[in-house]
Amino acid sequence: MTDTLKTLGYPSLDELKSTPGYPGEDIQKKGPVAIIECIEEIPCNPCETSCPAGAIKVGDPITNLPRLIANKCRGCGRCVAACPGLAIYIKDYTYSAEKALITFPYEYFPLPQKGDRVIAVNRRGKPVCEGEIMEVKLLGSYNKTPLVSMAYPREFFEEVVSIKRLEGEG
Amino acid sequence: MIKTEIAVIGGGPAGLCAAIEGTKAGAKVLVIDENSKPGGQLFKQIHKFFGSREHQAGVRGFQIGEKLLEQSRELEIEVWLNSEVCGLDSDKNLWVVRDKKESIKVIAERVIIATGAVENSIYFPGWDLPGVMGAGAAQTMININRVLPGKKVLMVGSGNVGVIVSYQLLQAGAEVVAVVDAAPKLGGYGVHTAKVCRAGVPFYTSHTILKAWGSECVEGAVIVRLDNSWNPVTGSEKFLDVDTICIATGLTPLSELAWMAGCKFEFIPELGGHVPLHDRFMETTVSGIYVAGDISGIEEASTAMDEGRIAGVNAAASLGYIDDDKRKKMTEKLWKRLNSLRCGPFGEKRKSSKDRLLTFRGEA
Repeated sequence: MTDTLKTLGYPSLDELKSTPGYPGEDIQKKGPVAIIECIEEIPCNPCETSCPAGAIKVGDPITNLPRLIANKCRGCGRCVAACPGLAIYIKDYTYSAEKALITFPYEYFPLPQKGDRVIAVNRRGKPVCEGEIMEVKLLGSYNKTPLVSMAYPREFFEEVVSIKRLEGEG
Repeated sequence: MIKTEIAVIGGGPAGLCAAIEGTKAGAKVLVIDENSKPGGQLFKQIHKFFGSREHQAGVRGFQIGEKLLEQSRELEIEVWLNSEVCGLDSDKNLWVVRDKKESIKVIAERVIIATGAVENSIYFPGWDLPGVMGAGAAQTMININRVLPGKKVLMVGSGNVGVIVSYQLLQAGAEVVAVVDAAPKLGGYGVHTAKVCRAGVPFYTSHTILKAWGSECVEGAVIVRLDNSWNPVTGSEKFLDVDTICIATGLTPLSELAWMAGCKFEFIPELGGHVPLHDRFMETTVSGIYVAGDISGIEEASTAMDEGRIAGVNAAASLGYIDDDKRKKMTEKLWKRLNSLRCGPFGEKRKSSKDRLLTFRGEA
């Protein structure tokens, strides 16, 4: 068991897998699903209140870790924008024969554009592979947190969590 | 000379909420703030707040600030800006200097001190070079004044302030070269460190800054690893190419006015140092003087707002504007909200320290 969150800053897979918000591999590979990387009991529950399907439970006290009820999750992404910790994304292993899709929060300018080829990174910010931006979405209800969807090779399914920040002025 | 029923010192989240509750109850309230704008630190907090809906989770700090200002305007609360409270005595006489030129005496029936906190500094060779600054100062520069203090930043301290400001420096277009913390474990929320980490920023635990150098301003820094006794390990020095060094090593309650007024204090390191003793209604040991927010122990804006509300409700109640039954109900409701923010591994430490503070008044 390697714990890295409090020493290196990012959660290890071991740490994630021991939490109720991180779905098992079988569920992750079935279709679009929320992946919650929330492993510390902090007082927070917008993931629960934002979910229209009742697929995330925090309950009382609000320091409970969020629990994902995977069969209710439709992968709509509202929790991704709602999470103040930017700790949730939607991943879809079944996006195409070779590619997976990740929808993640991205609060940097400049924003990527649809069709951009970008560098996908892991939890440490290290480049992993190339990805293609499929959509950039910013609804009023997201309160200024854009959601970016990127297709990337399936073999890096679990490792990729974001993109390398783009250069240039916002 | 001016008379008011409740004088609120400090127009940040705690002070504004205290003023709003006091005014809603019917009291005449005067808010006095030394800054040119009210809102305290809220307007530089561009991130979404944690908590539940009633704590305004998911709302960004500056948006909460806008709401409070709007409410204050609707209630026509009198706010003096650019006004420093330079003196306060136990009879609740305030000496106020307005616009650095006019000296005014304010006589208040109740006083709520919501002065907040000041950033701690650490000292190392080169600490006085331009480019070394508090993390909060850097946050003010980027989020209020829209000025980037530098391009390559070293953040000293990994508590929530350190990691939140690191993230916001990235958002503002700077590179954060490293976040160091002298402790063996990172201090801030994991979700904050994780989002800074996935932006490629390295974290160094058991590390501190040894020195900064530069002729006119910061041109570089040396960090060093610390052993189990927190002593620098020779040979572990690392040179960092940075032009800005942000210090995020905690906050200390800004408590001079409470000292001056004769409030009793206790030293509680977990709450940031010397804090005025207060009861469940936020009243200090000096009758009619209340405290709220960081002055009563370093926490966060969400807790400061609820403490402010408790102080406002109780100050107004003591003037006869709220009956005892209602006062108790309102206070208990706010305490419930506070306690929900003070649970979990992070909150519990603060809660037990806050509870300890109450025991000095025999109220635990």
